[in-house]
Amino acid sequence: MADKAILFDATRCTACRGCQAACKQWNENDEGEGEKTTNFGSYENPKDLSPKTWLKMEFRETERAGKVRWLFTRRACMHCTNAACVKVCPNGSLYHNELGFVAYNKDTCTGCGYCHDFCPFQVPRLARTSDLTTQGKMDKCVFCSSPGLDRIAAGLEPACVKTCPPDALEFGDRDKLVAEGRKRVTTLRTKGFGNAYLYGDKELGGLHVMYVLDDSPQAYGLIKDPQIPAAAIAWHDILKPVGWAAVGLTVVGLGLNYVIAREAKMTHDLPGKKEK
Amino acid sequence: MTNHWIDIANSDCILAIGSNPAENHPAAFHWINLAKERGGKLISVDPRFTRTSSRADIYAPMRSGTDIAFINGMINYVIDDIERNPRNYNLTYITEYTDASFLINPGFKGPAELDGLFSGYAGGVNEADNKNRKYDKATWTTQLDEKGIPKRDRTLKDPNCVFQILKRHVARYTPEKVSSITGTPKEVFLEVCRTFAATGASGKAGTILYAMGTTQHTCGAQNIRAYSILQSLLANIGMAGGGINAMRGEANVQGSTDYALLFHILPGYLKMIEDNDTSLEKYLARITPKTSDPLSLNWWSNTPKYVVSMLKAWYGDAAQKDNEFGYNYLPKIETGKNYSHIALFEAMAAGAIKGLSVWGQNVAVGGPNSNLERKALDNLEWLVVTDLWHTETSDFWKRPGVNSANIKTEVFLLPALVSYEKEGSVTNSGRWMQWRYKAVNGPGEAEDDLWMMDKIVLKLKEMYAKEGGPNAEAITKLAWNYGNPASPHAVAKEINGYDLTTGKLMSGFANLKDDGTTSSGCWIYCASYTEDGNMAARRDPTPDPFKVGLYPKWAWAWPVNRRIIYNRASVDLNGEPWDKEHPVIWWKDDKWVGDVPDGGQPPMAVDPTKTKLPFIMKPEGVARLFGAGMADGPLPEHYEPWERPVDNIMSKQQSDPAFWIWRPEEQGAADKFPIVASTYRCSEHWQGGQMTRNLPWLVEMMPEPFAEMSEELAGEKGIANGDKVIVESARGQVKMVALVTKRFKPFQVGGRKVHQVGLIWHWGYIGMSTGDSANCLTPHVGDANTMIPEYKAFLVNVRKA
Repeated sequence: MADKAILFDATRCTACRGCQAACKQWNENDEGEGEKTTNFGSYENPKDLSPKTWLKMEFRETERAGKVRWLFTRRACMHCTNAACVKVCPNGSLYHNELGFVAYNKDTCTGCGYCHDFCPFQVPRLARTSDLTTQGKMDKCVFCSSPGLDRIAAGLEPACVKTCPPDALEFGDRDKLVAEGRKRVTTLRTKGFGNAYLYGDKELGGLHVMYVLDDSPQAYGLIKDPQIPAAAIAWHDILKPVGWAAVGLTVVGLGLNYVIAREAKMTHDLPGKKEK
Repeated sequence: MTNHWIDIANSDCILAIGSNPAENHPAAFHWINLAKERGGKLISVDPRFTRTSSRADIYAPMRSGTDIAFINGMINYVIDDIERNPRNYNLTYITEYTDASFLINPGFKGPAELDGLFSGYAGGVNEADNKNRKYDKATWTTQLDEKGIPKRDRTLKDPNCVFQILKRHVARYTPEKVSSITGTPKEVFLEVCRTFAATGASGKAGTILYAMGTTQHTCGAQNIRAYSILQSLLANIGMAGGGINAMRGEANVQGSTDYALLFHILPGYLKMIEDNDTSLEKYLARITPKTSDPLSLNWWSNTPKYVVSMLKAWYGDAAQKDNEFGYNYLPKIETGKNYSHIALFEAMAAGAIKGLSVWGQNVAVGGPNSNLERKALDNLEWLVVTDLWHTETSDFWKRPGVNSANIKTEVFLLPALVSYEKEGSVTNSGRWMQWRYKAVNGPGEAEDDLWMMDKIVLKLKEMYAKEGGPNAEAITKLAWNYGNPASPHAVAKEINGYDLTTGKLMSGFANLKDDGTTSSGCWIYCASYTEDGNMAARRDPTPDPFKVGLYPKWAWAWPVNRRIIYNRASVDLNGEPWDKEHPVIWWKDDKWVGDVPDGGQPPMAVDPTKTKLPFIMKPEGVARLFGAGMADGPLPEHYEPWERPVDNIMSKQQSDPAFWIWRPEEQGAADKFPIVASTYRCSEHWQGGQMTRNLPWLVEMMPEPFAEMSEELAGEKGIANGDKVIVESARGQVKMVALVTKRFKPFQVGGRKVHQVGLIWHWGYIGMSTGDSANCLTPHVGDANTMIPEYKAFLVNVRKA
């Protein structure tokens, strides 16, 4: 089956955040009174992704030569082709499904947190109590395909796409959306947006959430040329093939890996100053 | 709207002023984005850089309360350009379809001659002199020939013609003057002028999207007048992608206006009955416009048919010719008396109103001067609140700072169903009446509005019949039979109306009669529910012949399914569209093709005897540049808001000469309150907040009320982003979170710096999320013509909490 994808067009988005509300509602991440938030001097909230917030819109204010801009970015799982989380997941709970999305099996997730630590975008979230002990399971955007809530299998588009009033989000075959995205970027460049860029076309082997941008990825708080941390490659391609026969070694590797992961997290925080 | 939502996509230039569609009408951006992708431009004029501005090609900052200076400056630019580059404009439209050529009474004088006033003003410049703050309009008249037809000078050269009067009037609004009033940088202002004026070319169309930022001012109606002058000069009225488009704030607010939510009208915009209208005949004579011009269709000349048909719908067999069709059952208002929102709450505060029914509204959050209005509720003997939730209004007796034991009001809360839990119709901003179906059952004892209204009226009928009362027949004689339970279809059919001789549903209002043989509850909806079925329920996406997005078989638009009103102005004198790429109507083979034409007569040059002038709702048949019906002047003139940060640099007259002031002692002065404030909404919350402050997804996204301010103002006041601040006006104070942003900048006004803050108002003391409503700060002053409260320009001070 052809890979599916979402195309987010930042030049159409008005940051109404219908997507953010629909995501929470459809995926039943809305028990009780929701996340307790306070206004921290921003239109943005909650402050960060969490096990209950799989998608949030980010707002960035910039001013160049007296021209103010207000840029809106979608923040959620990118569903990478070369997905660090899939590589580092110790027991295969995270995997690519047949549509190219990064899916996961919550029943087998041990809550180790490697996926969070190695993700270049720091998307997967766990309900952690401290840095050294973990609790609960990993959660992130599942492309509206959770068992029982699977919109895709039912022939529907994801909830965020369905709700988007200005058509900033589109769902479809990835190759068609790549072509559409490239076309829009070309148009933007002819309109004078020299830095216009299709993010996710090539990044990490191709993302399944792509961004039409009228400025550089950094201006929108996206990492230029994201990479899988070397430690993840080491884990997946060198340590993991040793297999369960070398359980002792693996345990050592896990510990080592974890330390590397913490380092990696500190060094690849998202660039770009977010709105305070 | 003159046009409709889909039509925005046809526009060459969209001017969003007094509105923030990305924030408050998010679905509009589907069409705005389409227009932009087709090459259209978006201009955002707003005191701060908004979500809409983020998508705009041009952003023009403008100080709140200075719209007229801005638009008059644009009109000045256009008139100047018309004279220099006439080929860039549609002069036929201007001379034939507007009153530009009409000659005005030579005694008329304007602000250029009378230091800010028009001739006939009685009040002087004293704002406290409420009684005399009005005009004698004797000189605001058109010169008529011996047949009673307006005299015209089609060369537009006569000094008394409207074009020349308007030209002299706006010549004072030079770009420099505009900039020093509005704070808009001159170059940005001129860029807006150039870009929007380009839609004046024949075949181009620009639209104005406005909302509460336009209307909620002491001069709100004049703001819209300014738009209509600009759009008429640019030949944008009647065109696809053109028009003046009010984006309504609620799914059915257009419908509620159509059915006479407001005190000054009856359903279908029939004028309200006043105490001097002692007979039906007198009333009809007063409200039915007349014309002597055989070329004018003067559609309102049909008023008697609509009034009598409405009376037949309301009173049925009790409405007969010998009792003036039940005319005297109807209550009358005192001539000149104000029954608008503020006036009602002032009367309540004075103890004159004993009972109140609030239906789907949260006045304790949304009303101006909220502290005062909440206190006014204390004086009620009884209060009925119909809503989905407990609201600040239903629970006013629990508000902070009051002892509930001292409040004697008996309060009833009627739990209502939300739109998805009931069947019926709503009318959107584009005048589309759309039928909606029940999707789910409501909770508990919640009932739909019709069920409640039916039960209440049936009980009232029973009680009045038994006990009598003042004007009891107004209730006892009502024809009220909608089934059990009451059916929305029965109501919709009554609104459409019947031929009472055959019992068949009316096919349209052209057949309504004033002899009692027809009924129609709201004449503009006649043809919405016919023998062919419920037109509002139609879902046929067949496009119109010119594919300009009319979709004539989808739902139904009033009047008579016309999708773009004034569309007779979209064609030339031969019936050929000015814009052949986006025709609305076209005279082909001796008939009109396309939208339902505004009057079906042949084009003006095709048959000069049978033709009619295009603006059929005006007795003179053309668009009005000169608006003699206005209370505060026939042309819009800039005055400062009631609370002004600077003096008016246009004239000695500081504020609008005829707006309504209730509490002159509550006026804040710039020395104590130097900062301009405006209240507004955000996407995440809605109106009084009762529907959104109880939903977790929205509360977590927008948890607290905030005050937006510039980095410069925050710096001066020692406020950091996210700090709690106190915002204070002459009426009260509120605590909010400071949102310090690059998107607000101080204005340079008259050579000095003026700060502005923006305040979100959706909050109150009940619900999942609580906080102060910015309306604790807003004043009890209202627009000169509509009495809408001034929510958008007043003075405050700000300090760190």
